[in-house]
Amino acid sequence: MAEKEKLTMAILSGDMERALAAFMLAITGVSMGMEVNMFFTFWGLNIIKKNEGGIQGRGLMRKMLNLMNRGGSRRLKLSRFNMFGLGTWMMKKLMKDTNMPSVDEYITMAHEMGVNLIGCTTTCGVMGIAPEEKTFRSEVENLSGATYFLNLARQSKVVLFI
Amino acid sequence: MKADQSLDCLGLYCPMPIVKTAERFKKLKKGEVLEVVADDKGIKLDMPAWCQATGHEFLGAEEAGGEIKVYVKKTHD
Repeated sequence: MAEKEKLTMAILSGDMERALAAFMLAITGVSMGMEVNMFFTFWGLNIIKKNEGGIQGRGLMRKMLNLMNRGGSRRLKLSRFNMFGLGTWMMKKLMKDTNMPSVDEYITMAHEMGVNLIGCTTTCGVMGIAPEEKTFRSEVENLSGATYFLNLARQSKVVLFI
Repeated sequence: MKADQSLDCLGLYCPMPIVKTAERFKKLKKGEVLEVVADDKGIKLDMPAWCQATGHEFLGAEEAGGEIKVYVKKTHD
């Protein structure tokens, strides 16, 4: 068989709807026979942070940042109509009623289907996310910088910035 | 239309019917036809697109009372 077409995404946003869209495209891509890479950076890192566990971070400012910016797939909010959590709660309920997987379930599904989840080490450094292995979920198997992402993007038929 | 296997995707929205179809296709033999039953209208354009991407054969769609049946033939392993 010929080499697989590649789909590579850079996910900057930690908004719930953007995370959902990214994972829908990821598992669709795998189903279409593509190799899928997801590179998480800036607020996108919140998607792949563990839901449980303490606050990590070196220094007071970084600890504070990570306290306010807890992350975890179950803590993501809608970019609109969050309404102090009520809107997000309602959206989650509607999703459940229509058998739509949650971000949490999508991450597990994507990992099982072979999607390559990558955490950006530069933003981890700036935002004081360390150690990455303790902060991120086990599904995140790779950590890299911009070069690894761009090299994947070079070879990809589809590149999306989310 | 006659099919060798059927896949129930009622109540599931995009992209789950396609994900499940791709999964089931791994177990299908070459030449066999899969019937996918869904109620998300998106499948009428999504399934031909999936076939175009994967090289399998789209045989057609039948619609009755909000239920859509699409037929896909596995043309290669």
